Amino acid sequence: MVKPALPDAELLVNELVARLRPVIDDRTAMIGIHTGGAWLAQRLHRVLGLTVPLGTIDISFYRDDYAQAGLHPRIKPSQIPFDVDGRHILLVDDVLYTGRTVRGALNEIFDYGRPAAVSLVVLADRGGRELPICAQYLGATVSVPEDRMLVLARSDGDVFTLCLESNE
Amino acid sequence: MNNPQLNANGELQHLLTIEGLPAEIIQHILDTAHSFVGVTEREVKKVPLLRGKSVFNLFFESSTRTRTTFEIAAKRLSADVINLAIATSSQTKGETLLDTVDNLSAMHADMFVVRHASSGAPWLIARHVAPHVHVINAGDGRHAHPTQGLLDAYTIRHYKKDFRQLAVAIVGDILHSRVARSLIHALTTLGTPDVRVIGPQTLLPTGVERLGVRAFNDMREGLRDVDVIVMLRLQSERMRGPLLPSAQEFFKYYGLTTEKLALAKPDAIVMHPGPMNRGVEIDSSVADGKQSVILPQVTFGIAVRMAVMSILGGT
Repeated sequence: MVKPALPDAELLVNELVARLRPVIDDRTAMIGIHTGGAWLAQRLHRVLGLTVPLGTIDISFYRDDYAQAGLHPRIKPSQIPFDVDGRHILLVDDVLYTGRTVRGALNEIFDYGRPAAVSLVVLADRGGRELPICAQYLGATVSVPEDRMLVLARSDGDVFTLCLESNE
Repeated sequence: MNNPQLNANGELQHLLTIEGLPAEIIQHILDTAHSFVGVTEREVKKVPLLRGKSVFNLFFESSTRTRTTFEIAAKRLSADVINLAIATSSQTKGETLLDTVDNLSAMHADMFVVRHASSGAPWLIARHVAPHVHVINAGDGRHAHPTQGLLDAYTIRHYKKDFRQLAVAIVGDILHSRVARSLIHALTTLGTPDVRVIGPQTLLPTGVERLGVRAFNDMREGLRDVDVIVMLRLQSERMRGPLLPSAQEFFKYYGLTTEKLALAKPDAIVMHPGPMNRGVEIDSSVADGKQSVILPQVTFGIAVRMAVMSILGGT
């Protein structure tokens, strides 16, 4: 089997920064989804110099597989340190797959208030959507075998890499 | 060890007592509660986890705070909550406990929150219900009050961070207190090196040291350099026979005053599970003082109960 070549995550981050820079202003807010999306959002938030403090959310309380899979064992608190009402929000995740995580994130954000708009920023789209969701700002489309998970890794020096893990 | 609270996979199926719970499960509950604290501070204080589920509050013994916080917790998880005032229900017409539970199960109950004057009643119900139904002990006799023990542990962790450095004193009517028992088990399981119980000999259970605590009759000695003081209510309604000369006498020796509080560490926190009797076990100047965390305990109690319900509901 040929090992699929994965794109360089750092290059994709640079491309996202270039695409986002023209659309942000001092009212633009950003929310990263735990865990990989939060790492990516931290980086984008810093490089873009956004002034509204960064939000992070853990969508465990909004997962649609709670009845089958139970509560996630390691939940981090969600923190949205700005008023969501009327705000343009960039929602950031590392990998887009079924779309169910984004669905949960949207539901959670709307429990904080009514944003003016939400745009989705994603580093890698691996297809396989089960909901009508797409990224407005996308790093790359990646082909991944169905039995593998595409995940973002972060080194101690804050260097991102995309890698494949076997499904547990 | 066969623990009736855990299923075959070692997951929490019911919460009946903290005794014998693995430290990882307690930590998981406290960590999950931490995430729920944020939920209770936002615009919409609800998450959809228990949508479509029915939680029955079965209180065979009176309670305002515990029943209310369980109700709020269940509602914030989007469950439907049914409160049963048992004193005015069919139990007074002669129905047995398990018949009551069967009838409520036929109404598609998913979770029972049970308070009962008899130790072991929640355990009896847990053994009886169908596998998808969960039981939470909200206080049974003198035995256990696990969610109170957990919210006390949460409060201590919130203010003091690391249990492995702490000295905690539990003061007053230890004999009748299920709160004390649950908290002692939580603290020792989480590695607290110095847990003390303080009270007159008549209100200390025989052999209390076997729980891993040190017993003191002299409050001044027992409070020395502690990080946390947990005051207990004098449970006169459970007392049979003369265990105490009088409430005034009790306050003189075991009431927490500013002067006695000064024996603890300067940053010690003061807790009380409520309802408190001012002037019996605690002086107003302490209860309302800056070291008191009695009201935050109540707020944290909601998040802790949300954590317990959401973990059970997903098992």
